[in-house]
Amino acid sequence: MSGSVLHWFRFSSPATFYPIAGRLIPVFWVLAALFGAAGLWIGFFIAPTDATQGEGYRIIFVHVPVSWMSMFLYLVMAIWAGIGLVLNTRLSSMMAQALAPTGALMAFLSLWTGAFWGKPMWGTWWVWDARLTSELILLFLYLGFMALQASIDDPRRADKASAILALVGVVNLPIIYFSVIWWNTLHQGASVSLTKAPSMAQTMLWGMLLMSLGYWMYSIAMALTRLRAIILEREAHADWVTRLPELTKVPR
Amino acid sequence: MIWDSLEQFLAMGGYAVYVWPSIGACFLMGFVELLMVRRRHNRILRRLMQEMVANEGRE
Amino acid sequence: MISVMIASLHRDLLLVMRRKSEVLTALFFFVIVTSLFPLGIGSDPGLLRKIAPGVIWVSALLATLLGLQRILASDYADGTLEQMALSPAPLSAIVAGKILAHWLVCGLPLVVLAPVIGLQFDLGGSAVGLVMLTLLLGTPTLSMIGAVGASLTLGARGGGALLSLLVLPLYIPVLIFGAGAVNAQIAGLGAEGHLSLLAALLIFTAVFAPWVAAVSIRISLE
Repeated sequence: MSGSVLHWFRFSSPATFYPIAGRLIPVFWVLAALFGAAGLWIGFFIAPTDATQGEGYRIIFVHVPVSWMSMFLYLVMAIWAGIGLVLNTRLSSMMAQALAPTGALMAFLSLWTGAFWGKPMWGTWWVWDARLTSELILLFLYLGFMALQASIDDPRRADKASAILALVGVVNLPIIYFSVIWWNTLHQGASVSLTKAPSMAQTMLWGMLLMSLGYWMYSIAMALTRLRAIILEREAHADWVTRLPELTKVPR
Repeated sequence: MIWDSLEQFLAMGGYAVYVWPSIGACFLMGFVELLMVRRRHNRILRRLMQEMVANEGRE
Repeated sequence: MISVMIASLHRDLLLVMRRKSEVLTALFFFVIVTSLFPLGIGSDPGLLRKIAPGVIWVSALLATLLGLQRILASDYADGTLEQMALSPAPLSAIVAGKILAHWLVCGLPLVVLAPVIGLQFDLGGSAVGLVMLTLLLGTPTLSMIGAVGASLTLGARGGGALLSLLVLPLYIPVLIFGAGAVNAQIAGLGAEGHLSLLAALLIFTAVFAPWVAAVSIRISLE
């Protein structure tokens, strides 16, 4: 039993994981492309026109997946950061560091697509509904995480401090979401809500699901790619780095 | 296939000006992110190569 | 543990008393910021009455932010904080004392000043009373959350702006329930729900914040 636990810990070494990540990345890109193509196909060529929202509703095939991913990635990021804090593993913290920009981008895209969806439906570019407002706050939380990491010079200290921030954020996220819903229902009533999506035909749900899977694979591929860059940046003077095949092809 | 023609598809029932910038932004940001991450990776590789050459020069 | 907290509170209050100007700065800031809103929006009394709870609360948030770094910065700079972390006394109790000192100096005065602002905005008597109650329940929570942010940014570059970026999103629930309570009462919907939520936030934060801040301080001291 202890033998196999140690076996797993081997993967927590940046040196071991760097080449593994390199081999995994293309797999995830392929999966992302496949799921994305399938989702877009269903979303734009199979799903029927909506009765109330016409063709404009098709934005949900990107809006909902990126929204889900922005929240999911924050949770995953906080978990990896927490593991790095508790178990003192560098690679876990690096993974959190790698996930943050992708998550922030998802949050931004959620706001962008949300605005483009809201304008034809409700007349304004920005709607203070609970989901969009929470998404905005989530973007701030991502930016805060990235800013804190960037502002602490010592990498391990930066890892741990931002881990605490991420964990505090994760605990606060439901509280924030709840308070925004509370605020929204009291001020506007339930009439204006981007979350009241059109009653879903089966095909629409499938389209959203496939797009979400596609974005999940995309996020993993992107995070692993960034992780490899981060590993090299932070482990620059380790022996195994100097022996990397990419570096031995040095022109003389 | 629910579209009768390419024009109909591109027009998106009049919502084209909303749908296409949304999808477009998602694709664009995907490419931009990939480009930036690859550039970051290449930058660190280049820096490490330069350091190695410098070290070997000193030997 | 309580004696440690009281000792820490006593010390911080003594230090503040020697630099009273810092205290007054935050209070003046609160008054100035609230005065900016009518200047920017217009002096229509009906409008001002409507925005008053929100304006008071946002200004309270910003005024609290101003004093946050003072909780830990000077002790960090001269090495006292390190000694506190190394001492056998529980660091979370020391931090709790510091947070209480911050609240007494930065938060409680806002409660006292609220009627003055209420006057400027023509807010009715019962509404002013409710504003004071929400501030009384909410400002300690603000001090506590702020202390966690301050302990994470010790020795980080970026100073006050970074602290604000980290802490303001976490302040939003307090703002919503605090200002919302008064708005709800004015609209005739009753503020009990909001007040209970404010109280719940206060208790929840009080249980965890000193400990999280202490852990963060130890990380920043590494």
